[in-house]
Amino acid sequence: MRHIISILMENEPGALSRVAGLFSARGYNIESLTVATTEDATLSRMTIVTSASDAVIEQIIKQLNKLIDVVKVLDLNDGKHIERELMLIKVKASAAHRDEMKRMCDIFRGRIIDVADGSFTIELTGPGHKLDAFIESLDTSAILETVRTGASGIGRGDRILKL
Amino acid sequence: MTQVSNPNDKQETSPQFTGAEILIKCLHEEKVEFVFGYPGGAVLNIYDAIYQQDKFKHILVRHEQAALHAADAYSRSTGKVGVALVTSGPGATNAVTGIATAYMDSIPIVVISGQVPTYAIGEDAFQECDTVGITRPCVKHNFLIKDINDIASVMKKAFHVASTGRPGPVLVDIPKDITATLNSFEYPKTVAMRSYNPITKGHSGQIKKALKLLAEAKRPMVYTGGGVVLGNAAPELTQFIQSLGLPTTSTLMGLGGYPATDKQSLGWLGMHGTYEANMAVQECDVLIAVGARFDDRVIGNPEHFLSRPRTIIHIDIDPSSISKRVKIDVPIVGDVKSVLADLNDLIKSEKPVQNTVALAEWMQQIEVWRAKKFSEFTLDDKLIKPQQVIKSLYEVTKGDAFITSDVGQHQMWAAQYYPFDKPRRWINSGGLGTMGVGLPYAMGVQLAHPDAQVACVTGEASIQMCIQELSTCKQYELPIKVITLNNRYMGMVRQWQEFFYENRYSESYMDALPDFIKLAESYGHIGMRITDPADVEGALREAFSPKLKDRLVFMDFITDQSENVFPMIPNGKGLSEMITGKES
Repeated sequence: MRHIISILMENEPGALSRVAGLFSARGYNIESLTVATTEDATLSRMTIVTSASDAVIEQIIKQLNKLIDVVKVLDLNDGKHIERELMLIKVKASAAHRDEMKRMCDIFRGRIIDVADGSFTIELTGPGHKLDAFIESLDTSAILETVRTGASGIGRGDRILKL
Repeated sequence: MTQVSNPNDKQETSPQFTGAEILIKCLHEEKVEFVFGYPGGAVLNIYDAIYQQDKFKHILVRHEQAALHAADAYSRSTGKVGVALVTSGPGATNAVTGIATAYMDSIPIVVISGQVPTYAIGEDAFQECDTVGITRPCVKHNFLIKDINDIASVMKKAFHVASTGRPGPVLVDIPKDITATLNSFEYPKTVAMRSYNPITKGHSGQIKKALKLLAEAKRPMVYTGGGVVLGNAAPELTQFIQSLGLPTTSTLMGLGGYPATDKQSLGWLGMHGTYEANMAVQECDVLIAVGARFDDRVIGNPEHFLSRPRTIIHIDIDPSSISKRVKIDVPIVGDVKSVLADLNDLIKSEKPVQNTVALAEWMQQIEVWRAKKFSEFTLDDKLIKPQQVIKSLYEVTKGDAFITSDVGQHQMWAAQYYPFDKPRRWINSGGLGTMGVGLPYAMGVQLAHPDAQVACVTGEASIQMCIQELSTCKQYELPIKVITLNNRYMGMVRQWQEFFYENRYSESYMDALPDFIKLAESYGHIGMRITDPADVEGALREAFSPKLKDRLVFMDFITDQSENVFPMIPNGKGLSEMITGKES
């Protein structure tokens, strides 16, 4: 099953490679990984999306907790949560197709953030499956470039991952 | 104009030390007795500071790998943190095998490695390597010090992290310029790490549940591991087993945690464990694992293991060891010493009613298995049986020596025929299985216990992997007895080739062996070659005699080439699917 794991860790050099190294060394898969500092500059927050059986997810959480730089770990799938990912996608937008592309962008509540002679760059935010759906709705030949951040997640309501 | 300091201008400055001196002061604060190391460019400042101190002794090895093994064995035999010091680049990479060995067996050591100056890092400088990156997967934690102000706090953390929780190696990488910079010194009194607070106390509800299960069990079994030794929990374990009258077995790493010569002990379990231990663990209805981790060499095929229904209680300080390979019914996370003490208190206060009738029947069943005597071997009057050497070694040393071993058949025979009644006497590489550890292990042990009898049981293949350390042994006059079971083969490789590769002995014959006697003598030691079974005991008595008390004796026992280690659980098979060697 797909899990979103949130990690609060010391904002130290090498902390990212400890986590990434743990996943590769133990053969766990990473679908996506994002990391940035938090409002507390000494802490980084990482979100890892991974798919595994419940037993393996339990091991992943335990192994993450074992890393000295890791302060707290939360499996967002243990409760209600929100997931968002940002995608920037550059698509062909020749005169004949500009309107259709604009409509498609609107349907998915994307925003055109750059316009050039033959192309649009669209910003789209949402859970991963929404971004997938947008890509699927386009003709592959229309896609010039995509860049995705990987998922970030946060618990709903009172579920707070903080020190 | 040159400024001349005026002695009347009393400045309120604290005394200044170089980074190297600060590092040495940290080691003094940690009451380090020995530093095992090898100098080189990046650690010259540190070695200069070592030259000017006499609080700890530096042991100069002949290869960095041996420095790590010796520091590791110092720790294994004393329970204190071992310390090794190596230079950058090749010094650090040579140390990696030793670090990984300690990591796999959860041994607390602190490794200090030199690094190129901070301004040269990343520029492919001479003897530069990414030591923190290379060692990351085989340390509990590591640090790169980039600021002189961090030396004391990092060293404090390093010793703390290495020795608490599930212990392990910690590496501290120090660039050369940091060791030359001046600063004041103050060693932190305490460590506070928000991200590292190992649990020690077990959950009382779980402990109660465990005791109830054990009391009601019809076929209870105790399975102990290296955690008992590392956690200094042998007294608590012994009290626990004896108060409930439970049968017990240990892993290779846990030997000595419970007296092996006591009747409750079934010896050790696993791939080459005793028949009775393997059968009992397979057939029990309640299994309590204490500081052990159900690894592949211990339980064999996990599916076969789980084919028998049983309730499993698991005490371990590392939550990730629980339910890793085998689903646990009653997990108890905590320090084994503390949890066993709580269990013992509970036994005293609750006086649980045990299923004594069933327990007596179970003990009888165990005696039936034990009576098969699959561990017995037949002496030969022409060829020395390796088991005979170990048995004699046990008798000659009265079972009270420190035994280090290398890796292979001789390791199994040493563990099988030298029963350990005390913890920290059996020193071997159980997890990583590192050939070459035996001699440097013996160095670390002998330095820590100068008056003790220390024997290194090895083979002619393993010993050659760190044989250069015979020179270190001479320099420090370490009277180790090297017991080489020389069968001219990498014995365990040969055994597998015989069983599973139709006798195709691919590259396992040890050709072109040196004359070990001359070799030992050239290093300034005594060499003995023993070829006749009748001479085994006499030679050992001579080697351990007061006359040779201060000498390293290298004993080359020419043993039966065809001898195999039994029982054996073939790869992929289950605990009760042993080859006993007595099949007709």
